[in-house]
This record gives sequence, structure tokens and C-alpha cells, in this order.
Amino acid sequence: MPEYILRRTFVLMPVFFVVSLVIFLITHLVPGDPIDNLLQVGSSPEMKAKLIAEYGLDRPLHEQYLLWLGRLLTGDLGEAIILKRPVFDLILQNLPYSLTLGAAALAFSTAFGIIVGALAATFPGTKVDEGAMGFILLGSTVPSFWLGLLLILFFAVMLGWFPVSGARGWSSLVLPVLTVGLGGIALTARVTRVAMLETAQKDFVFLLHAKGVPHRSIQVRHILRHAMIPVITIVGLRIGWIIGGSVTVEYVFARPGLGTLLIRSLNQRDYPVVQGSLLMLAMAVMLGTLLADILHAAIDPRVRERAR
Amino acid sequence: MTLLSVENLHVRFGALHPIDGVSFSIEQGEILGVVGESGSGKSITALTILGLLHLQGGEVDSGRILFNGIDLLRLVERERCSYRGKQIAFISQNPMTSLDPLFCVGDQIAQGLVIHLGKSWFEARARAIELMRDLRIPNPEVVYDQFPHQLSGGLKQRIAIAIALSAEPRLIVADEPTTALDVTVQAQVLHLLHRMTRTRGIGLILITHDMGVVAQICDRMIVMYAGTIVEAGKVEEVFTGPRHPYTRALINCIPRVETQPGALMAIPGIVPNVTDYPPGCRFHPRCPRALPCCSILPPRTVECGDEVSVACHLYDPSDWTLS
Amino acid sequence: MSDWQLDTVRRILSTHKGLVSSVVLTVVALAGVLAPIISPYSFSEQDLGGAAQQPSLQHWLGTDEFGRDLLTRIMYGARTSLTVAVVSIGASVVVGVILGAVAAYYGGVLDRIIITIVDLIWSFPDILIALLFIAIVGPGLKGTMIAISVAYLAQFARLGRSQVLSLRGEMFVEAARSLGASNRHVLLKHLVPNAISPVVVAGMLAVGDAIILEATLGFFGLGAQPPIPSWGAMMASGTAQLFNAPWIIIFPGLAIITTVIGINLLGDALIHALNIRDRVRTT
Repeated sequence: MPEYILRRTFVLMPVFFVVSLVIFLITHLVPGDPIDNLLQVGSSPEMKAKLIAEYGLDRPLHEQYLLWLGRLLTGDLGEAIILKRPVFDLILQNLPYSLTLGAAALAFSTAFGIIVGALAATFPGTKVDEGAMGFILLGSTVPSFWLGLLLILFFAVMLGWFPVSGARGWSSLVLPVLTVGLGGIALTARVTRVAMLETAQKDFVFLLHAKGVPHRSIQVRHILRHAMIPVITIVGLRIGWIIGGSVTVEYVFARPGLGTLLIRSLNQRDYPVVQGSLLMLAMAVMLGTLLADILHAAIDPRVRERAR
Repeated sequence: MTLLSVENLHVRFGALHPIDGVSFSIEQGEILGVVGESGSGKSITALTILGLLHLQGGEVDSGRILFNGIDLLRLVERERCSYRGKQIAFISQNPMTSLDPLFCVGDQIAQGLVIHLGKSWFEARARAIELMRDLRIPNPEVVYDQFPHQLSGGLKQRIAIAIALSAEPRLIVADEPTTALDVTVQAQVLHLLHRMTRTRGIGLILITHDMGVVAQICDRMIVMYAGTIVEAGKVEEVFTGPRHPYTRALINCIPRVETQPGALMAIPGIVPNVTDYPPGCRFHPRCPRALPCCSILPPRTVECGDEVSVACHLYDPSDWTLS
Repeated sequence: MSDWQLDTVRRILSTHKGLVSSVVLTVVALAGVLAPIISPYSFSEQDLGGAAQQPSLQHWLGTDEFGRDLLTRIMYGARTSLTVAVVSIGASVVVGVILGAVAAYYGGVLDRIIITIVDLIWSFPDILIALLFIAIVGPGLKGTMIAISVAYLAQFARLGRSQVLSLRGEMFVEAARSLGASNRHVLLKHLVPNAISPVVVAGMLAVGDAIILEATLGFFGLGAQPPIPSWGAMMASGTAQLFNAPWIIIFPGLAIITTVIGINLLGDALIHALNIRDRVRTT
């Protein structure tokens, strides 16, 4: 098991390099002089010279990248143009909010998705099943920001149960988590349902019945466990999707977070911040996927044996 | 003492009747072979004895299954559940797929001990290792913690046998336990089954399509065709003097040392589909000795000599008057 | 139209799902195409005196915060959304399938390289990739189209690759039956349409996703810039009016949902009619 973890982490390295390279190239791919993308308009020639020396902008491209990477690894992500603060500080300030939202949404959608899917599988063909499936269809088509706005309208404005925006206290988490999570429930429920129904047909389940293992025990201890394999795979693939959804939802609910940071900086052409937040988000996706992979291997012993 | 007695069993799957009036019994410590081609209803019989018909969408129309005097078919599911695994155990024909891939094999053996005999996992583990040793599984302590995908087919089937034996059953139903195995492994497993059931006085119903297997370890046998029993009796009796034309054909099909190349026997025709059984005797379209009455009247089961019974008009004295 | 295509259309229209979704989508498409002709007002005509009005007989869907007729703007929004989505996905399909086909056809190192890159893109959510390309190209119509194209590239590269791989298998089998060269032409005429259908359906379903992505980018202010109407941007500016004029947000949202559900249902009906359930998604 530890060997598997090491192997998978090792594979992540080249991915990180490629991603960081692409993000680094942003300032060079955008039309215009890279210097202008890092400075505020109308800066003095001294500031320009200072920046050129700092970022090594007169050096060949690959040297610049290595410089940039080196500073990255020491936590120096440059300085925000508009706010004139170190990008690293901005990210550190916003990260906890994003993490909270992301983790809560993940937990919510996974837990409820499994429950809905398990219910649909335990009572196949009934109204419960059909209701669950209809809900799922709806959940996968509604754009998250529209859903968020509707929820705000209904629960915050009309009913006043939750705050409209911001990030004060637990109640401000509810609507955002619901918005991000609802779409995820749909997928998890669908996968759980199919997995449980398929597993119930398998030979070893028959033997479990023949062994006289009580039905409930078979459902929970054996079938559900099996169904968790595809669920975790899907959740692993979808962690990226949850992170993407959080970006939108943060913006809609005016919550502080990496998403809001990214969108605002894109609108303002504040490239250091854009690069920093994109990098953070990309790393979140990679780490999340890695964790899901490890969890998968923990549950299914067959995965540990397979070659890289 | 009669361990299990199936009396006049009729099983229905929707509008189809794959089992039509099957009766047989097995004594304590006896090995009964159930032979037939696929489609004869052997597996469904096993399913019915275990009370798991509903899993495949079937139900019992009529008949009794007496186990130690109690009619299993009259029991509620919960009560029947207490028999399964504990008094009546099962060995399936798919060692590759009948073990749960997510649990180590040892735990799967121990599970029966924990559920049915109320042992703690600790005791159950020790007992399971003992059982594995009995079954000549090398390094049982190591194998205990391994997972099914790490073991060979033969080893997996031994584990399956261990699972069946774990809760100390009185009867084991084995559905083609050697079909999926290599020939050499087959012999080992059969030998194992023979030894385990003999030494513990367990009854074994061995379902197979292979007459050779029956000849090796069974005491008595029944021959099934299209949902009915055509012949039953002691193995030596049936093999030395098969009475039913189907049984005779089956025995003739077994390749022998002196069989010439290119001279393999086969029974002409195919097993009828459960959706359209022929009227009268179900074997009559393929029977080389069919009488006119065979296509009209289903044959009765008749005692015929020492401990043998046949369902064939040829042996029914009352039918000579009809032909 | 070939017989086979006519037959498929007939099969789609014979189901409830297929009929309803086809009608809905036709309405949406027509609204977009004919907007300049049939819209009651101009999309930029402001009427500050009549701002944020409720739906009424003069303005069927009400007005936005500048007094512009919402129905008109939604119709024009349909033009933007559908154009962006279709063009972006079209480009994505063409480039992606060619990439995947090349990878599958030549195999070896080229295949490994392409597959690695594709898998890399595939592992990130479409919105992040889109935002990355918006960062590079800049906000606006062009940026949105490029961003969306790249975001879905991976999906079609994988699909194209798997289709070509299975096609190759079949051609070998047929070749082994020693058919003449002219027959191979017939095979191409039969095999290729079969291999194309999953791509067509996947493309259709991706258009639905692209519409949502376009609206999301528009909502962030990174999509089509004013005065070009876009459903997403409409909802963004309507947020300030959430309390007193919720319809400004609700109606564009409904327009999106209707269109996307219509596309999904039609896609489902198409999958059924063509009987290719297992070959469409490569998740």
C-alpha cells in the first residue's frame, strides 16, 4: 500500500511541471509585452527595470521558467498589480474559504448521492426509484449559477433563512454547498444505483445468500462496499468538477475564495494573481484526484497490484 | 436415516415448468450424484433445496422437501435462512467468481463460523486455518490473508469447500464443483470432497454432467432429463446395467481407452427447450426404442430390480397392454 | 438524405421524447435565427422610464434594468449562445477527432504522446481550462470560442481514437475475408457512417454543455462583451435587481434550461434510434 502511494505521487511530478509551464507561459502568450502584463499602466522606467531584473525578463525563456519555478517553490508568486500585495498572501487569505466550501460540498454530494442511489437500488422500479431518477436528470442540466441565484432568491430573499452573500458563520455555507453539491448528487446517485443493481447479480452474492448471511448484512457489508468502487472512481474524476463548480458558486454568492480571486483578476487583467490562483486550483485538482486514487486502492485490493 | 427427501417437486418460472414431478432422497453420509445435460433442471433442483428460487424469479408449485423430517418449503424465509450455510451448505461451479474479491479468503471461511456458530473472529480464524490444513491447503496462515485474485482456481475451490464445511452442515449441495477446473485438479477436489464427507458423515448431493465423476465417488445416482428423473439407483447397478435408453446412451458416450479415433458417440437431437417439451415421454423424439405410447403418455416411475427405479414404458408391465 | 438517415429521423420523431425535444429546439433555433426579423423591439433600445417592469402585454417577459425588452434580448441571446456553442464544438470535434484518429492510426510513440496530453487536459474541469484560455486570449467572443473548443477537445480526441481503433479491427476482419477493392469502398461507405454516429451524438450533447459553459463565462463578465446580448451576462447584470425584478434572472435561466434539456433529450432519442448506447461516452 505505501508503495502504491509513492508510485502515484511520483507520477504527479511531470504533470505538475507541464501545468506550471503552461501557466507560466500565460504572460508570454498574451498579446503585448510581458513586462506590461506584470506592471500597472504608467509605471516608471525604474520600476520596469527592477521588474526585468527580478523576473529575468531579458533572459531566454527556459531560464525565466526555471527562475519562476524556483521562486514558486519558495512561496514567492509575485505581486498583485492592483492590490500591490504579495500574491501568496492573497491566496493564503482566500484558500481556507475555498477549502471549506469544496470539502463540505464534496462530503454533502457524496453522502447524499450514495443514500439516494442506494434507496433507488433497494426499491427498483418503484416511485422511489423514478422520483430519484427524475431528480437526477434535473440536477445534471441546471447551470449552477442559475441554481445559486434561485436559491438566493427563494431562501435568502423571500424566506430570509440564510444570508444572501458573504462568508460569515455556518449559515452562509448552506446555500453555496447546496448549489455545488446538487449536481454532484445526481452523478453519485446514478453510479451507486447502477453499481448496486449490477453487483446484486454477481455470483459471489449468490454464494453469500447460500451461506445464510442475512440479507441486510449482504446489502450493506458486501454490495454497498462493491458499489463504492465505481463511486470513488467517479468522485475522484469529479473532484475537478466540484472545484470548478466552487469557482462559479463563490462568485455568485460573493464569497471570498480562490474562485472569486481568479475571476476578478481575469476581469482586471491582473496576471500575477491569475497565474497564482490558476496554479492553486490546478494543484487542488491534482491532489484531490490523487487522494481519491489512494482511497480507491485502499478499498479494492486488486488495484494495488496493477502496473502504473 | 433419511437426511433429505424431495417429494414430487414441481417448480414454475412464470409459465414454464422446468421441474416436473421430481422425487428422490439421500441418506446421512451418502453421496448422491445428479446427472444430466444442461437444461435438465439439475441446478434448479439445487436452488430449490436451498430455498433461493426467488432470487432467479422462480417459485414452487407443489411438492415437499423434507429435511430431517421438516418440510423446508413450508418455512418462512427467515427460518429457511437459518438452515442455509448451517445445516445445508452449497458449493458453486464458479470458483473464479463465487468469492468476494474485496475480502481475504480466510475471513470468508470464518464468516460462517461467526454467523452460524457464534464464535468470535479470533476463534473463527483459528478454526478456519485448521479447516484449511485439513483440506491440504499449504501455508494456511499465509493463505488466510490472501485475496481471491491471488489464488489459483483449484485453491479457490478448496476455499469454497472450506466455506461449505465451516458451519458443520449435515448436507452439502455441490453444483458442478469440478467443471471449471483442470482435469488433474478435478481428481484432487473430488477426492477431497469424498474424504471430507465420509469422515464427517455429511450427505453430499453432487450435481454434474460428467458420468465419469459420478462413477468415481458417488454411492447412488439419479439421471435427470428435461425436468424429470428418468432413472435412479445404486451407481454400480446403473452403470453395469443401465435400463433407460437415455442412461444407456449417456454411458455409451463416455470415451474409453479402446474407442477408435473418430468414433465418439453422441445422442442425436438436442435437449428440448423448457418452452416446448414434447408430449408423453420427453425423451421419445430421441429414443431409439420408442413405443407408440411414448408419444402420448408420460411414463410412471417403476421399481426395477435391486434399488433401481426407471421411468420408461419399456419397463412398465402395465403398459405392455397398451402397445 | 439517404434512406438510413430518413429512417433514423422517423424513429426519433415517433417517440415522445424525440418529438417534444425536436420541436423545442426548432423553436429556440428559429427564435435565434429570425430574431432580427420577428423581435418586437431592438435589443439595445433602452427605456429608462420603463425599467425593470414586470411581464405585461407590451413586454411579454418584462424589461431589464435599462428598460430593454427581455423577450427580444433572450431571442438575441439565443443567437449568441447557439452560435458560440455550435462553432466551438464544431471546431473541437474536427480537431479532436483528427488528433485522436491520427494517434490511433499511427500508434506507437505518437499515440502515447497524444494520449498523455489528452488525458492531462481530460483530468481538469472544463471551466478551469476555459478560464486558462480566457487568460491567454482575453475575454470576449473570440476568447470564449477558443476556450470552449479547447475545453472539450480531450473528449473528442478520446472518442475519435477509440472509434478508429475499432474501425481498424473491423477492416482487418473484412480484409481477411478477401473482398475485392471495390467492395472495400462499400465497406467504407457503411463502416464510416457507423463510426461517425457516436461522434455526432457526443457532439450534440457537448453543445448543451457548451451553452452552459458560455453562459457561465458570460456571467463572470468574461464572455461576449456588451452590446452583444448573452444569457449569462444578462443574468449577471440582473443580480443587482434580484429583490425587485427577479424575472430578469429567471427567464434567461429558463431559456438555458429548456434548450439544454431539449438537447439532452434529443441526444437520448438519437442514441436509442441509432442503438449506440455503449459507444458514446468515454468516461
